[in-house]
Amino acid sequence: MDNITKMIVINSSKVLPSDVVIKLYESNADVMIKETCFGVMVSGERSVVDKLLSETRKIDPYGIFIKERGFAPGEPNRCRATRRGGARPGFHMLETEEKLLPQIAQGLRALDKGEIPPLKMKKKKLELEKLMEIIKNAEVS
Amino acid sequence: MKVFIYPTNSLILSDLVERFGHEPLAVMQEISKRVNTPGLDSPPMNITPEDPKIGLKYAAVEVPSGVRGRMALNGPLISKAEAAIIVRDPVVSFGCMGCARTNELVNFLIRAKKIPILDLYYPSSEEEAKEFVYKISQFLKSLGKEEKK
Repeated sequence: MDNITKMIVINSSKVLPSDVVIKLYESNADVMIKETCFGVMVSGERSVVDKLLSETRKIDPYGIFIKERGFAPGEPNRCRATRRGGARPGFHMLETEEKLLPQIAQGLRALDKGEIPPLKMKKKKLELEKLMEIIKNAEVS
Repeated sequence: MKVFIYPTNSLILSDLVERFGHEPLAVMQEISKRVNTPGLDSPPMNITPEDPKIGLKYAAVEVPSGVRGRMALNGPLISKAEAAIIVRDPVVSFGCMGCARTNELVNFLIRAKKIPILDLYYPSSEEEAKEFVYKISQFLKSLGKEEKK
């Protein structure tokens, strides 16, 4: 049996971690669920967890983001409760990426609407002659 | 298709790859294999003295053991990769949370593998985010087509 843990990170104005937890309990699946400040952690057999979370994503497709987690919820070697607090390794990555989630959600919305973003013009490097001209103009006579 | 992601523990990339119907290759899977074995010799991540030896497959013996130990986690993912999405210069890989030499080696090995690669930067505005998501979706769709052929 292949057991995995997945974390659901919620960045939504409509859904709270507690709402997701209730939905997960309603499913009556054989999984372990833990509510956290950023979302929910779900641990169980791979096929069960994958199926359950693909359904959960539909609650708010633009506000729910899912990734796998190496450690099970409450793992004593990783849990802050047994390590006397402090940021757990992996927190900094989550913190950095969570700031981008609203923008990514906008990107997903635009994609579903069929918007094609205009391609950016590549920035050209400053030509040597131009630089020389700038230096000449900046010189104090 | 198995898609390697860099940064290897990225939530955004892992989510987008799975959302568009492919399998992300993330470092969490390798850690999970290690910490869920019955005996835990070296908590928390169970990186034992054996791992720098496994890393010798990817880096020479004079390379620091930290790089080789990290390669024991990243190496199997690279060897399984059929495509890759790479975010250049992620802020979080700089400093004590990352290892610059391992990052360079991972980027080198993935490029040397000659598989389809998408290079990106993390978005800093809404317009850039739209482009970021669009490029990833188009890249993953094109992989799907290749697989069907």
